[in-house]
Amino acid sequence: MDPKRKKDCHDSGESTRVASTFPDEVLERVLALVKSHKDRSSVSLVCKDWYDAERWSRTHVFIGNCYSVSPEIVVRRFPNVRSVTLKGKPRFSDFNLVPPNWGADIRCWLVVFAAKYRCLEELRLKRMTVSDESLEFLALSFPNFKALSLHSCDGFSTDGLAAIATHCKNLTELNIQENDIYDKSGCWLSCFPENFTSLEVLNFAYLNNDVNFEALERLVSRCKSLNVLKVNKNITLEQLQRLLICAPKLTELGTGSFLPELTDRQYSELKRSFSICSNLNVLSGLSEATALYLPALYPACTNLTFLNLSDAALQSEEFAKLLVHCPRLRRLWVLDTVEDKGLEAVGSNCPLLEELRVFPSDPYEEGIVHGVTESGFIAVSYGCRRLHYVLYFCRQMTNAAVETIVQNCPDFTHFRLCIMTPCQPDYRTNEPMDKAFCAVVKTCTKLRRLAVSGLLTDMTFEYIGKYAKNLETLSVAFAGSSDWGMQCVLGGCRKLRKLEIRDCPFGNAALLSGFEKYESMRSLWMSDCKVTMNGCRFLAKEMPRLNVEVMKEDGSDDSQADKVYVYRSVAGPRRDAPPFVLTL
Amino acid sequence: MDGTLGLLGGGGGGGSSGASTNESTVSKVEVVEQDFVGMSSEASSYPAEAELELGLGLSLGGGGVKAKPCTWGERGRILTAKDFPSVVSHGSSVPSRFTDRATAASVGPVSGTKRAADSVSQEGGSPTGVSQVVGWPPIRAYRMNSLVNQAKSQRAEEDKSRDASKKKIYSKTDPAAKEKCHLGFVKVNMDGVPIGRKVDLNAHSCYETLAQMLEDMFFRSTTAVSSIGSSGEKEQSQKASGYKLLDGSSEFVLTYEDKEGDWMLVGDVPWGMFLTSVKRLRIMRTSEANGLGPRFQERNDRQRCKPI
Repeated sequence: MDPKRKKDCHDSGESTRVASTFPDEVLERVLALVKSHKDRSSVSLVCKDWYDAERWSRTHVFIGNCYSVSPEIVVRRFPNVRSVTLKGKPRFSDFNLVPPNWGADIRCWLVVFAAKYRCLEELRLKRMTVSDESLEFLALSFPNFKALSLHSCDGFSTDGLAAIATHCKNLTELNIQENDIYDKSGCWLSCFPENFTSLEVLNFAYLNNDVNFEALERLVSRCKSLNVLKVNKNITLEQLQRLLICAPKLTELGTGSFLPELTDRQYSELKRSFSICSNLNVLSGLSEATALYLPALYPACTNLTFLNLSDAALQSEEFAKLLVHCPRLRRLWVLDTVEDKGLEAVGSNCPLLEELRVFPSDPYEEGIVHGVTESGFIAVSYGCRRLHYVLYFCRQMTNAAVETIVQNCPDFTHFRLCIMTPCQPDYRTNEPMDKAFCAVVKTCTKLRRLAVSGLLTDMTFEYIGKYAKNLETLSVAFAGSSDWGMQCVLGGCRKLRKLEIRDCPFGNAALLSGFEKYESMRSLWMSDCKVTMNGCRFLAKEMPRLNVEVMKEDGSDDSQADKVYVYRSVAGPRRDAPPFVLTL
Repeated sequence: MDGTLGLLGGGGGGGSSGASTNESTVSKVEVVEQDFVGMSSEASSYPAEAELELGLGLSLGGGGVKAKPCTWGERGRILTAKDFPSVVSHGSSVPSRFTDRATAASVGPVSGTKRAADSVSQEGGSPTGVSQVVGWPPIRAYRMNSLVNQAKSQRAEEDKSRDASKKKIYSKTDPAAKEKCHLGFVKVNMDGVPIGRKVDLNAHSCYETLAQMLEDMFFRSTTAVSSIGSSGEKEQSQKASGYKLLDGSSEFVLTYEDKEGDWMLVGDVPWGMFLTSVKRLRIMRTSEANGLGPRFQERNDRQRCKPI
């Protein structure tokens, strides 16, 4: 079934080339075991033979920017692909900085795949536009289709999901995560045929309409391989208990709402169901959970490695009690309602913790403001020495605190600190937060991703350029003093791949200082900075292999480039750009 | 930097600012500085300085950033109390822009997806000008919507629990927790002043001290300037004016937004009840406060009214 290329016999006679002593078939077998796409890219650069062997054996392709390459080029180079991951819009579209109808439509990709990848099995999309028609086309074009994952996508409704459920007879995964979906009804779930049993992963936690519970229960019962189930908030505790009985082998569970009242008998049944789920590694959901019913979970927490409480506004006491039962926790996502006291409990109970994300429960300060401070973060750093990934939203921070934190945890690979008021200084000393991030980049030599915040001068960026030699992604907002800051970063961070900047005083000089660098990066985003149209035009002219796109907003000055998106591409300028996107 | 930037000063450090900015704001600087002239020298006399937090929020930090004649270094210092007069000058130089931006931004994310914008605007519309910068803090639209819904249901829950229903969540787990929820900072805005402040309600046990603190924050000039002679005099005049905001004799009156979104006169209800329902404070012009109730002499007869 896999078309193989016949090796030219005369190559095997040459003794000077080591690569030629392997027949292609062997090389391809070996390369098939290389999974990481970065490694595969390296393999393909060794020599022509290896390039060919690699392209024939590649079954999964990852495209970080859908406009960097065209579908035709992809299918021409990789004939045997069965799994595709595509990312579309710039990341700041998550925060409404990209107007709607920007692009990244999956349609043109599907058309080409339908012709060349009849055996396509998996499609994972992030920040793409997907219409219902595309979903139906997908469901009908690929008879072997198994896994669909849509993350932060838009443009479709539950009708599209119904098409998938109806036609994909071999579906193993349906993962609908945080999309801007037009949620018409929950009927899609009932579209799975009664003889359909292959589902292994089902995530509809972010859909709002009721699904037919009986249909869900039957589905869960007959899919014996189901190991990931994440239901939405409309599933009650009582219904959850019934589902758990059908699927005791779950490894990942997302509960529905934890709120409705249970009788004592129902509560003990719930607790018993949870105790049967001894394989749970991942737990999420728990929306509206209160101290009342959390103890029902305790038996299921022994093997938990990932606990996602970002939908549950827990207070510190009940949170601390829950943590006692989760000694193996490696990843934890919480809301800042747990406050510093809750984070102290994290430090005390979770020595294996590697990742912590603390989200704000009240980002716009509608009510009386609480949240977490630097103390909570420090407490975690003392107790969780293996911490290497943090995303922390807070309202106050000090340089000294961050210095302490990175002393305790020097292995950070991802450090994303968001002090929520822009340009806020160290609240104790009133100094800029430069020293904090200087400490981060100096101490954490493995740092790959950094997001800065607070009052920052160019000094922060000088240090980043000087020390952050492994940095790949940098996010900057409301920071810096002059072009020099950005120049330092572009000049110093050798491995930089993604740079996203908003509301900073970086202008044309900064933009143009990196023009050679942008071809080695995936993309650059600059919005509400000091870049002008002339600067962008100059960049576009000097670097023809870059796409330099400017998004114009109504009523803004014509010479200012409000939003600039620069990325390398072998596909040339976009042909589907909407009117507000100017390709220079 | 070179001239292609087309803006002031090439973005030098904190001290540089374009000439045009200063000229346009000179007159405003004088006016506004008057209001706050006592601030930096008096800063040390505040009883608990930690409570005083320049809660600029997002109204200055990000809103009208597009090519505005303010350099970044100065904007960067806006949260330092020492720099307050110079900050205010910039703040006042762009009030109209920020009101515009605030009105636009208060409807929610400007260039957002339809559903996200709709749901945020329904709930989160903070129409009193303390604006929200588009896309900040950087939280995914989905999470914003679910937070908004959660806040709604939590508030509904708290109301129910106060009605002594079975769902006594806080009292079940921790009797102190309920009180704990009411402690913390609230925002205070004054009409005509673009910069909001924050006050720790925790530090007060009655309306009088709160009013006095707010007057110190916002009205410092009139009392301090006139009584700079001796500290004793100053204290006296401060004390005497400590109730101006509450008794209606000044040009301004103190109001608050309660959990249901209604604007109420401060002082109507017992302090404890005030604490449980206050969301934020606003020093409103008396002329605008007419709709909030009958005249202030008749404190006992005040009724709840619809917001203006």
